[in-house]
Amino acid sequence: MMIETQGLRKSFGSHVVLDGIDLCVADGTIYSLLGPNGAGKTTMVNILSTLIRPDGGAAKVAGHDLIKEPGEVRAAIGVTGQFSAIDNLLTGEENLLLMADLFHLRRSTGRKRAAELLERFELTDAAKKRPSAYSGGMKRRLDLAMTLMGDPRLIFLDEPTTGLDPRSRQTMWEIIRSLVASGVTILLTTQYLDEADQLANRIGVLDQGKLVAEGTPEELKRRIPGGHILLQFADERGLDAAAHVLGTTLRDDAALTLQVSNDGSVKSLRTMLDRLDDVAIPVESVSLHTPNLDDVFFALTGHANQTSVPTTQKEAVR
Amino acid sequence: MNPLTFALRDSATLFKRDVRHSLRYLPMTLSGIMTPVIMLVLFVYFFGGALGSSLMGAEHGAYINFVAPGILIMTIASGCATTAINVVTDMSEGIIARFRTMPISRASVLTGQVLGSLLQTLISVGVVTLVALLLGFRPTTNPIAWLEAYGVIALFTFGVTWMGVLYGLIGKTPAGANSLALTFLLLSFTSSAFVSTATMPSWLRWYADYQPFTPVIDTVRGLLMGTPITTTNVILAIAWSVGLALLGFILAQMVYNRSAA
Repeated sequence: MMIETQGLRKSFGSHVVLDGIDLCVADGTIYSLLGPNGAGKTTMVNILSTLIRPDGGAAKVAGHDLIKEPGEVRAAIGVTGQFSAIDNLLTGEENLLLMADLFHLRRSTGRKRAAELLERFELTDAAKKRPSAYSGGMKRRLDLAMTLMGDPRLIFLDEPTTGLDPRSRQTMWEIIRSLVASGVTILLTTQYLDEADQLANRIGVLDQGKLVAEGTPEELKRRIPGGHILLQFADERGLDAAAHVLGTTLRDDAALTLQVSNDGSVKSLRTMLDRLDDVAIPVESVSLHTPNLDDVFFALTGHANQTSVPTTQKEAVR
Repeated sequence: MNPLTFALRDSATLFKRDVRHSLRYLPMTLSGIMTPVIMLVLFVYFFGGALGSSLMGAEHGAYINFVAPGILIMTIASGCATTAINVVTDMSEGIIARFRTMPISRASVLTGQVLGSLLQTLISVGVVTLVALLLGFRPTTNPIAWLEAYGVIALFTFGVTWMGVLYGLIGKTPAGANSLALTFLLLSFTSSAFVSTATMPSWLRWYADYQPFTPVIDTVRGLLMGTPITTTNVILAIAWSVGLALLGFILAQMVYNRSAA
């Protein structure tokens, strides 16, 4: 295990931020902590990266005790936070060479690795410029490149795509996938379900300092009410006919729409449209609604009495 | 390599970073020089006539020879403000959080800052010396005494710079850090920089004689101008320099290591 924690706790004043977290992250996998702002994601990263001390509990990171051997932990990890950890008065290249010096690399090795990372993260043209001239995505890539100068075995990515445009986000995802392919372990925090779904081997849902659900993306999605399809009709006749064909649906007479439960797959969508086509019902428009983080949270925390009782009780005992 | 070698190497790396910052952020760097230069011009041309004749009479020559050593030491106080502002700005940057998660010696981050600021302040003192010489400052002693004077200046700068780093760590905002550093500028004004403490009422004189700046100024003035230097002043100058350095060093390490949360 790259990360193992038992009953990790942290409070700031009377505000409990982490309330007994048990976490296991296997070598070479991506684990995603999913949760809204204030759930405790960043605090979790700050504790596991030795920035702050937990109030209670135990943790092993990269085989070393977090409290007793922080130096060994620091030698194994790399952190790319939500707010850029770059030196704004130095150029991109100088930032990387600063890291090379602090990681005690040989001069030639440092230069070579810096050039490689600039190339790999498409920053070669901006290498001699200061970060103030960079876009949000470029800053984030430089930040990650600085982390990689130390060749870490475990990387913490704290909301790596928050505030990025869709293209930069895609680029960051590709980079993250290539990192794991090279054998690195990643702890990723995010508030986007699709990000966790796309990248993570396992997801832990964090809510008010507690891990309320944990599992593979598939396992979690099974616990979430599926998405739905909204069908818009030209007139009431179409609406009536479709409601008859499709059976149990949610009908809105004023808006002339039908809401149909659907898992969002092409196959099920085609089946449904074929059924409407067979009886020649014209559909004005179709829109697909996939579950978002709000749905996940409602499902996982709103029904806490049914789904999370065992977990909650277990932690209360501890 | 052993831990000490690593700590020295990391300090050197971070010192280089600090020097780069000074060069890239010139307005801040120059403001540390401008304040003493303006004071020098002000005191030589505006107040110099009146202060000079009442203080030393015609036979002691120009007032600039009295005030220039004081202004040199005031440059150190002005440099302290620059240091404090630079540190508070740097600490608010994410890069410091990154340093904390890296396997580098924690003391080296502050040591790098101190070495960079020390160099910057000493360069400022050099520039102010040149300006004083251009304006008519004429030291009367030999090169050995010059070296000794700048040794005293360097030691005092070291102490004040550690305090500047501490102010930067506890100041929270640039304005806050600057206000804390103003205490040193105030001390330099209420020292023997502009007038001899002999002209002050006795209760005030006691304060002026024993506060950090007067012993340093009197020692440097003696070394450059040949005025009498007392053993008490030399001991006080060294004690204050070392004391401020120790106080700043210990408290700054404590604050830096604790402030992570």
